[in-house]
Amino acid sequence: MLVPILKQGDYLIASIQSELSDADLLKLRDDLVRRVSEFRSHGVIVDVTVLDVMDSFATRTLRSMAHMIMLRGAETVIVGIQPEVAFSMVQLGLKLEGVNTALDLEEGLALLNEKIKGDSRRG
Amino acid sequence: MADEVCIPVSSEIDIVTARQKGREMASRLGFSNTDLVLIATAISEVVRNIVEYAKKGELCLNILQEGGKSGIVVIARDKGPGIPNIKLAMQDGYTTGHSLGLGLPGAKRLMDEFEIISEVGKGTTVTMKKWVQNNG
Repeated sequence: MLVPILKQGDYLIASIQSELSDADLLKLRDDLVRRVSEFRSHGVIVDVTVLDVMDSFATRTLRSMAHMIMLRGAETVIVGIQPEVAFSMVQLGLKLEGVNTALDLEEGLALLNEKIKGDSRRG
Repeated sequence: MADEVCIPVSSEIDIVTARQKGREMASRLGFSNTDLVLIATAISEVVRNIVEYAKKGELCLNILQEGGKSGIVVIARDKGPGIPNIKLAMQDGYTTGHSLGLGLPGAKRLMDEFEIISEVGKGTTVTMKKWVQNNG
């Protein structure tokens, strides 16, 4: 399942549309890292609202993706982790250390604006 | 055992199928939304273990009825290399693969009951159960 990646100004927005296999997740990671360079993006938002499972593989892949994007000089925000999924991740012992998270797309954009443009106006 | 559903596992695509089937069965049994996520995640971890270490195996799901309680049993079976040291494999952070080493101990925390039987050269069977919580 392909994840559409939208370019919006300095940012890239990847909105996951359905459950992803391990291979789909790796492809998303590689595509995003590549496009950050291609479009000289400063920020990336990955919307995981539709994911009802974030297991150790998904968490590790998102974490490594955020780290790779950071090494390319851009910020990543993961948005839309569902409450049940957050509960399950904590039970599993999974951490998204060093990765920005926000409630939804709107909050994610505000966080990027704040971090990148020093714009403290939220909302 | 008429309700038993088994999913053959031979590639990472089957991880998604297995957890969807598990979620469907658990949903029919009346598990809460949180429990559905926990069950699907535990299935994801044990099936990934099959794909990573044994390459092939199967995941079987069945309904449990016991003394007025209902639940789901998840059995992940493979004829892979087996686990030489189960105590070590059940430790957080221990891995011989490329994972975070949270798969088996994590799955145990997500479910109510967890049992692992493994013999080197013969294979591994993980049996996990979760009961529907009756509130009220």
